[in-house]
Amino acid sequence: MSRFKKKKGSGLPAINTSSLPDIIFMLLFFFMVTTVMRENTTIVKTRLPQASEVQKLMKKSLVSYIYIGEPRNVKLYGNESRIQLNDQFSSVGDIPEFIYSEREARDEADRRLLTTSLKVDYKTKMGVVTDVKQELRKVGAFKINYSTRKKVYK
Amino acid sequence: MARKLPEVNAGSMADIAFLLLVFFLVTTTMDTDTGLVRKLPPPVPKDVKPPDVKERNIMKILVNKRDRLLVNNKEGSLYTLKDEVKDFMSIHPNNESYPEINIKSIELLGDVPTSKGIVSLKNDRGTSYEMYIQVQNELARAFKELRDELSMEKFGKKYSKLVKEEQKKAIEAAVPMRISEAEPENIGGN
Repeated sequence: MSRFKKKKGSGLPAINTSSLPDIIFMLLFFFMVTTVMRENTTIVKTRLPQASEVQKLMKKSLVSYIYIGEPRNVKLYGNESRIQLNDQFSSVGDIPEFIYSEREARDEADRRLLTTSLKVDYKTKMGVVTDVKQELRKVGAFKINYSTRKKVYK
Repeated sequence: MARKLPEVNAGSMADIAFLLLVFFLVTTTMDTDTGLVRKLPPPVPKDVKPPDVKERNIMKILVNKRDRLLVNNKEGSLYTLKDEVKDFMSIHPNNESYPEINIKSIELLGDVPTSKGIVSLKNDRGTSYEMYIQVQNELARAFKELRDELSMEKFGKKYSKLVKEEQKKAIEAAVPMRISEAEPENIGGN
């Protein structure tokens, strides 16, 4: 009967941690792959409005962003709504060039799928936004997205 | 004779990996961009006249610079806008006060009556962007509910829950999202 008797260890056995680095590395690679570093620093405030019927924007590489809002540095630039393209203040007249350069940076086949995402501060007046939309129509950038945060209906 | 290399101590490997892990955890932004997707109409040539649309087929929504609504020449409100649009776009055969009906034959659905109604949205330059988005959102909600209802009737599922691409296409064709945005002009003065 003694062969069924369990060996009595002294205290708890130590947990084998030799595979811990592997597990951590796995997590690390996951985050490295999924991470997206913020590509643009905004110099205008973009507090997005809320909406409930939002859609997710797929294929981030095919989206170009236009920011509109009040400058962050109000003392220096005043509080009139301004347009930001890439990293600088721009005027409505700069939009065609911006769209052309965005198209130029994409593959030929992807160009017609290019979406323009408008990140507009909720306090902005529609005048600026309308001007931007008119300009986008002129250069044939018809697909647009009004960037909004998701609101859950009560 | 090559001497045997001493083994590298891998004990701190986990710590290094942890450090990197924490860095990526902090810098990662998983936010996906969400928003209302719209398609702008191509520019209209100057010499082309806009197509004539019958008065009864248009629902006019105006937003002024004080963010007040005018729906079909009556003062409107955001709370009732969705139901008004839904009512306007729903099918009412032989009723003069609703838009005309067009019988369309669509794959999977057969012959279905579709409304010829158009929602026309016009805003002032002084309208706030927030209000504009709210109005757009209410319109989107109205169309979504109409699509949900039709989809429920035909496929027993809500439109947003449909998986098959053909079914989605069919519903979209039966309830097209017809929002027309007027060419910009100043209304109500600035």
